[in-house]
Amino acid sequence: MATDWQPTASIETLRERARLLAQVRAFFAGRDVLEVETPVLGHGGSTDVHLASLSCQADTPAGRERLWLITSPEFSMKRLLAAGSGPIFQLAKSFRDGEVGRRHNLEFTMLEWYRPGFVLNELIDETAALIHTILPGASGPLRRRRYRELFRAALHIDPFHAPLSDLRRLAGERGGLDMAEAPRDTCLDLLMSLVIEPTLGRDGQEVVVDYPASQAALARRHRDPEDGEWVASRFEVYAQGLELANGYDELIDAGEQRMRFEEDNAERRRLGFAEVDIDERLLAALEYGMPAGCGVALGLDRLIQLALGKQSVAEVMAFATPNC
Amino acid sequence: MANYSTNEFKGGLKVMLDGDPCAIVENEFVKPGKGQAFNRVKLRNLITGRVWERTFKSGESLEGADVMDLEMEYLYSDGDMWYFMKTDGSFEQYAVEKKALGDTAKWLKEQVAYTVTLWNDNAISVTPPNFIELEVVETDPGLKGDTAQGGSKPATLSSGAVVRVPLFINQGEVLKVDTRSGDYVSRA
Repeated sequence: MATDWQPTASIETLRERARLLAQVRAFFAGRDVLEVETPVLGHGGSTDVHLASLSCQADTPAGRERLWLITSPEFSMKRLLAAGSGPIFQLAKSFRDGEVGRRHNLEFTMLEWYRPGFVLNELIDETAALIHTILPGASGPLRRRRYRELFRAALHIDPFHAPLSDLRRLAGERGGLDMAEAPRDTCLDLLMSLVIEPTLGRDGQEVVVDYPASQAALARRHRDPEDGEWVASRFEVYAQGLELANGYDELIDAGEQRMRFEEDNAERRRLGFAEVDIDERLLAALEYGMPAGCGVALGLDRLIQLALGKQSVAEVMAFATPNC
Repeated sequence: MANYSTNEFKGGLKVMLDGDPCAIVENEFVKPGKGQAFNRVKLRNLITGRVWERTFKSGESLEGADVMDLEMEYLYSDGDMWYFMKTDGSFEQYAVEKKALGDTAKWLKEQVAYTVTLWNDNAISVTPPNFIELEVVETDPGLKGDTAQGGSKPATLSSGAVVRVPLFINQGEVLKVDTRSGDYVSRA
């Protein structure tokens, strides 16, 4: 008899999960952050070259049209911020094509929140406090690590200035693959994933800041006050070698945002990937004016996985993708 | 053979890598926050038995390997080759080289069924059954009455393997042995 109808999480785990979700909601209620729900479908999608969006065809009042499944609730939430919502959070089902594994599931729960008026350090502290609520073990002093220093310490290389040939050789050696043609960021991504990430947050949380400016995504860029380098105003939080959260000092310039979307689509064309419809309503909202501030997206399934001592996200989901 | 993309890599899938047939042992999807995705893959080289760890860019593919596991009975050896026969009633025979036989050489017994791995119809490895019954051809004399505890001694089995057995075992007895660990299990 088939057994693949059964949940991938035990019922006991689902009870624990519900308890942790209630804690997350209590955390934000205590800080006057409004819970919102925004659509999982949108007319525009994420252009990010390394995120594969799912889409569907739907009959709407506008006729038969293509709608994109969100890779995170970011665009809708930013429109709410522009409309004057104030601080907001959401537990949003998000979708990323092809991402299935021990740490990934095609659809997953993103905990995303926005803090108008916050600077990046304030949001880092709040993110660490939220993680500490769910994962009391990850206490200790929150360690802040600069991207550049991590590479220098672990690999004796300067990720910003090392010759591309050195990075390709190092990435090829560490990964056991041919990186001779790989662009700079691909080499850095590989070294980050294989060599550095597994060492982060071994005994508590660690925060990585000052990413290369080329990896800014939807974050602003600023000059490092110490060495004058352009860096992305962005952070990531790790615990037990697992990337949990990704935060930005949000880009609010509509012109710059449109340029980045268009650059993404140009890169997609170059790589032979499908282009993604740009979210014109997000751009219109930024044009109207979104308050400056910070936002962060946290993979809630991973956080629950760590809190419950499980080996994979599938074990904390009712039905993981292979069994959906 | 078909090509398999990284998202189709699962444990047991047979693929070609660097000219050798390999079996996927483990496939882990890794992706930094906002960057290129990779698959960290462990593969067992089916010819050498060695496990390789390789990284692939997600979406890359490998050619499938024409590898089959078939049940075959051991017949005999002429010193150069070892001969096995399919158990499906076809009486089809395969000659296996010493290199492909590997450690299984010490667990061979006529009329016992083994798993023979074929690549492009050539035998590349032979796996013995997990448990096999073999006769003791040489060991120190047994100690009478010592059936309960303590001590062990080496015993040479009819296939050539040497295993540790309890002191009460005598020459000529047939033993059940675990071929994976090389451990004595019981008298047969």
